[in-house]
Amino acid sequence: MSTATAAPPATNGHGETENFLTAGYGFKTWLLTLDHKRIGLLYLGCITVVFLMGGFFAGMIRAELMTPQGDLVGAETYNKMFTLHGVLMIFFFLIPSVPAVLGNFVLPIMIGAKDVAFPKLNLLSWYMYASGALLALLAMVLGGVDTGWTFYTPYSSTYANGYVALVVVGVFVNGFSSILTGLNFMVTVHKMRAPGMTWFRLPLFIWAQYATSMIMLLGTPVVAITLLLVVLERVLHIGIFDPRYGGDPILFQHMFWFYSHPAVYIMILPGFGVVSEIIACFSRKAIFGYSFVAFSSLAIAVLGFLVWGHHMFTTGQSMYASMVFSFITFFIAVPTAVKIFNWTATLYKGSISLKSPMLYALGFIGLFLIGGLTGLFLSTLGTDIHLHDTYFVVAHFHYVMVGGMVMAFLGGVHFWWPKMTGRMYPETLAKISAALVFVGFNLTFFPQFIMGYLGMPRRYHTYPPEFQVYHVMSTAGATVLGLGYVLLIAYLLWSVYKGPKAPANPWAAKGLEWNIPSPPVVTNFDTTPVVTWEPYPYEQPEEHPSDSQHAYPKKQEEHLV
Amino acid sequence: MSKEWFPLLPEQASTFAWQVDALYLLLVGLSVFFTIAIIAVIIYFSIKYRRRSESERPAAIHGNLPLELAWSIIPMFMCIGVFALGADLFFNMYRTPTDGIDIYVVGKQWMWKVQHPEGKREINTLHVPVNQTIRLTLTSEDVIHSFYIPAFRTKKDAVPGRYNTMWFEATQVGEYHLFCAEYCGTQHSGMIGRVYVMELDDYQRWLVSTSAGGEATGQSMAQLGEVQFQQLGCQTCHKAEPGGRGPDLNGVFGKPVELASGETVRVDETYLRESILTPAAKLVKGYPPIMPAFQGQVSEETLAQLVEYVKSLGAAKK
Repeated sequence: MSTATAAPPATNGHGETENFLTAGYGFKTWLLTLDHKRIGLLYLGCITVVFLMGGFFAGMIRAELMTPQGDLVGAETYNKMFTLHGVLMIFFFLIPSVPAVLGNFVLPIMIGAKDVAFPKLNLLSWYMYASGALLALLAMVLGGVDTGWTFYTPYSSTYANGYVALVVVGVFVNGFSSILTGLNFMVTVHKMRAPGMTWFRLPLFIWAQYATSMIMLLGTPVVAITLLLVVLERVLHIGIFDPRYGGDPILFQHMFWFYSHPAVYIMILPGFGVVSEIIACFSRKAIFGYSFVAFSSLAIAVLGFLVWGHHMFTTGQSMYASMVFSFITFFIAVPTAVKIFNWTATLYKGSISLKSPMLYALGFIGLFLIGGLTGLFLSTLGTDIHLHDTYFVVAHFHYVMVGGMVMAFLGGVHFWWPKMTGRMYPETLAKISAALVFVGFNLTFFPQFIMGYLGMPRRYHTYPPEFQVYHVMSTAGATVLGLGYVLLIAYLLWSVYKGPKAPANPWAAKGLEWNIPSPPVVTNFDTTPVVTWEPYPYEQPEEHPSDSQHAYPKKQEEHLV
Repeated sequence: MSKEWFPLLPEQASTFAWQVDALYLLLVGLSVFFTIAIIAVIIYFSIKYRRRSESERPAAIHGNLPLELAWSIIPMFMCIGVFALGADLFFNMYRTPTDGIDIYVVGKQWMWKVQHPEGKREINTLHVPVNQTIRLTLTSEDVIHSFYIPAFRTKKDAVPGRYNTMWFEATQVGEYHLFCAEYCGTQHSGMIGRVYVMELDDYQRWLVSTSAGGEATGQSMAQLGEVQFQQLGCQTCHKAEPGGRGPDLNGVFGKPVELASGETVRVDETYLRESILTPAAKLVKGYPPIMPAFQGQVSEETLAQLVEYVKSLGAAKK
């Protein structure tokens, strides 16, 4: 098998056409690329590095919490570690994970476009992301920051030591990456759909990306303003948040959560989209209740903006405000439940294949279900007062963010990996790692629900000894989880160089991205496709007439000579 | 403390505890039911409809409107039900009874400072009598803290610049955890303490004891406040008769007062605190804005004593 590095551009000796990976070599062709697929891979590289760093801090936190005393690291170091874990994982991993990696790669192809609407803006987004991440990294190297990823005032604005301003500016700059990506995707979906690709023929992944983009565009500016005010108060002592200067610390929480609650949906809605694609493909069924699933994404995006006060039930916020926020929060449970029921119903009378992407998607449903249901405990006013700021909250949002979004992201990575790299990964190892991740995850975070109800507060460096049994279980689970992730990264990297060549459509999936070669050519489509079919036509035995030349993936190479 | 190896519920030591636990167990029941039901269906479908041949092309089922409406509307009503139960309990937690023992708590990096109206002070411990309504007035001298007693199933943030109140009624004599639940800096996890629930007689003995923990000042908070009132020179304008340059404070506590802006506010702890620190914020009608602001000049503990003193002026008149 010839390795790609030695091959010149254009066609090589094996009759392969030039694809987007072989279209140019060297750093410059990557760093100045305007190709949405390459930009997606640039993001993938960056977020993988961030994920490993964030994961390292998580490992250190879990190791420290093995014993009730603070014996591995000091209190200050511990506080810096959970802060950096949160900042890296939320702002620099989860938020860009599905939208910026998978969204960039497949969104234009799925709608039959040659690229996003504004390719240069797209590259600028990546540079914004990378600069933000570098600023955060610089702060980390200089000495870190210990405010928690929530940057609550007046601690962050007046009392905290460390490089708060630097990290906050990093998050601020990164915010522009989100805003520009959201803008780009919205315009792309509106203006660049192929002929015949009507709104209700869009794959559900696109609906989810669209809803996410809406939140990115409307919400991110608010957190940008808020964080800028924290920097101004820290540097110039203007009185916005610190009561000593006449400010109100609770105002910060309102402004912060006005973005950061919807940001939770930035982190989960794209995952819903990925899961819809995978479940349809591996049960060979159209998604049950397409329009319910599509509109529930929009409903979640809109309602998500009206519930921020549910983070503030114990702050002394007015009782009636708390009741309204609680009430609206319960209404988010409805579209969320609808999605879970509809995915389950999609399996009914399907042809179900438990390939690794499907294992991740089904794992997602199980874990997200628990994450969602435990959200009800926290939206219920009477129980939230007790549970607020305990490990119950920690467990809840890890079930949603890691059990939900990371599982969906990994499912998506496995699903589109052959398309992105042109290589297949070893399926058995993939199944083993999916199982390790699922088991390790539950062992890590399930004990935290119990520990939280018992009253274990979050962000504690030391703790009373009666909680130790649950902390030990959690740390044991984290070890298994870590092994799963390491295995996964190892075989995916291996497959890039040594994996067997992937056919155009290894899963017999429907959707425009499967009608073009793996990996795609730079312009995605030789001729703009014309869409004449409804989404997810899995009941049809053959591919569509319009793409008959790719109907037999195994023979694709001969076809394309 | 709990002796079990795998405790599942914390001790129940307040009137809220069993109510919160009941609601929690209801939610656990609902969650377990839905989780098991959905996972069982997924496993059943995955086996029953497993792919038997690569050529399988099952017929599409595009949806079923009545079914989808059913599984939208039924969960919605369940949600509204749970919301109502939670809101009702919250209503009871939030509405502080007016009678009861008032205790002032100030959070400070990294300790809890507690003052009892009788003058006893303590740090990182809270002594309370059993079966009595206890009202805590919370604030902070620096960052946000949160006063959390898991055995009582309640917490409230101590926010700098404002008073928050919380209440509870302990039901069981014993010793319980007190945690700071809001991350407040380096020694956050060291900002913990003990709550001692005692029989009323024991509590009253403790209040005057000099040896049983805490610092006995020998004077009530109101008396300490009166000393401060003199030292800060408040009495030169706030005279005990009409005609002073500032309003007469006798009997004002708990009464409505008309402001220069035309609004009316009820004189409570929060209003008194604000009027000492930034008098111009809510000026009483008919008085010039001549009082100096004490922002940054009196500690939260002294403020609480001044507030108790003004409260006692009201009680003396009635």
